[in-house]
Amino acid sequence: MTNTIDTKTVKHVANLVRLGISEEEAQIFSGQFSSIIDYFNMLNEVDTENVAPASDIANAENVLREDEVKPSMNREEFLKNAPQSERGYIKVPTVLGDE
Amino acid sequence: MELTNLTIQEIHQLLITKQISSVELTKATLDRIHDVDKKVKSYVTVTDDLALTQAKQADERIAKGENITPLTGIPFSMKDCISTRDVKTTCSSKILENYIPQYNATVTNKLADSGAVLVGKTNMDEFGMGSSCENSAFFNTHNPWNLNHVPGGSSGGAAASMSASLCTFSIGEDTGGSVRQPASFCNVTGIKPTYGRVSRYGLISLVSSFDGIGPMARDVYDCATVLEHIAGHDPLDSTTYQLPITNYTNNINKPINKMKLGIPKEYFVAGMEAGVESALQEAIRTYEKLGMEIQEVSLPHTKYGLPVYYLLLFAEASSNLARFDGTRFGLSVSENAKDVIDIYLQTRREGFGDEVKRRIMLGAYALSTGYYDAYYLKAQKVRSLLRRDFETALASCDVLLAPVSPTTAFKLGEKTNDPLEMYLSDIYSVATNPAGVPALAVPVGFSNNMPVGMQLIGKHLDEATLFQVGHAYQQVTDWHKQLPSL
Repeated sequence: MTNTIDTKTVKHVANLVRLGISEEEAQIFSGQFSSIIDYFNMLNEVDTENVAPASDIANAENVLREDEVKPSMNREEFLKNAPQSERGYIKVPTVLGDE
Repeated sequence: MELTNLTIQEIHQLLITKQISSVELTKATLDRIHDVDKKVKSYVTVTDDLALTQAKQADERIAKGENITPLTGIPFSMKDCISTRDVKTTCSSKILENYIPQYNATVTNKLADSGAVLVGKTNMDEFGMGSSCENSAFFNTHNPWNLNHVPGGSSGGAAASMSASLCTFSIGEDTGGSVRQPASFCNVTGIKPTYGRVSRYGLISLVSSFDGIGPMARDVYDCATVLEHIAGHDPLDSTTYQLPITNYTNNINKPINKMKLGIPKEYFVAGMEAGVESALQEAIRTYEKLGMEIQEVSLPHTKYGLPVYYLLLFAEASSNLARFDGTRFGLSVSENAKDVIDIYLQTRREGFGDEVKRRIMLGAYALSTGYYDAYYLKAQKVRSLLRRDFETALASCDVLLAPVSPTTAFKLGEKTNDPLEMYLSDIYSVATNPAGVPALAVPVGFSNNMPVGMQLIGKHLDEATLFQVGHAYQQVTDWHKQLPSL
């Protein structure tokens, strides 16, 4: 039986979630994903023609508040967990390319 | 009298009559942790210093007679996905192995305000993804009833810490059974409250629309007491109900005769372990003797609960876990990174375990162009039907009684090679979360010497009835009082 989800698809979704994976891992995941998704296809049996998708759980109301200035965590405290920081900013390598 | 085996109610009496101090009790708990937890491995972090400081403060409160609550001076443990300022909060993941939050979850603050004493943070499946605690990136937790078996998951450490008497109550989190299933596997009482009843602020999100923080305790009464202290509206979580908190213990002793108990027929089908089935049938007979009216009900979409739950979990988790990118907090793998994308790819590859990887990839798949309608949208539609099932069944009865799990705690390693088989073990616990209804897990006996649990499922915001019905059962049975020998 061929896998419903091939390694190419696995690598595509890995890239979507910014996850580095090897060829070998892609093969293992391909088999596992296929059996999971094949099982979940049982949802196709359910007639949902006139059913609205659930968009909330029971308690949906917009919650509004005044936009007030309040003290927030100070910068030094906030940066405690940052892997790299410089002059009060979080430091990361290039985000945008040259072009 | 073993202090660590007592209930909150019993300890509270001893504390306010000055027969014991919180420091004494906290020391006894910490000593037991340092002795017994070598075998059980339920704690990721033990907070000795903090606990003793909080215990001293509790004793001062009691001495002055000020602000004493039923939780003042009581040692508790908390699942390691709930933020604790200055105390590591790891989600049992390598990516957060050294993460120390700068703020408390609302639940953490509420418990500190009530005077409870935090003794440690408990092990879990990484980010709550699992049913056995075997997906912890650090170590396996063992079931106190048989160390070769799993404690359940994902709040496996929480349940094991309760069962092994390594705390007096424990705070877990339930996304699809993660309080109820480990509670049942370890002979503990635990509740998943109505979605929106307890603030999720400071809870590291798995599935924002299912997640629910809930207590585990020695009995239903204690569970009700703890929920009273952690529930309520929170301006920092706009999905919390504005409604005042019910006093859950006020009416807990009211008789339950003439109340209607619904038995969902789809939950009593082939595939259930014989000893689990007989324990549940015995519990139903007990309720019959207590005067409840038993009636069969139907939740016709039960078998679709599992795919609905998992597809929505995959989707929401893939988006929630996008924040772990190695740039602002947590693990960061940046060697030879030529741009920020390389940091993301490397950090997430090294920081996440296989189950987390599987679920976020499947989430991206279910949400991606071409598959969104077939998977994510379809699951949201069937979710509406699941909710309707519960509404219909609960319109004709007060509570539903169902198994928590088709089996008792399985052996360590038994299901780790097949992810789908592990998912199938959640078949009875997952449907309540997409529906948002509360469910209380209560010990009902043993099968092959391992604990069995039932769940009582109630109407939205009707935890009080669940506690009343659960408490009535525990007045005439003593399964919940059985302790493992360690």
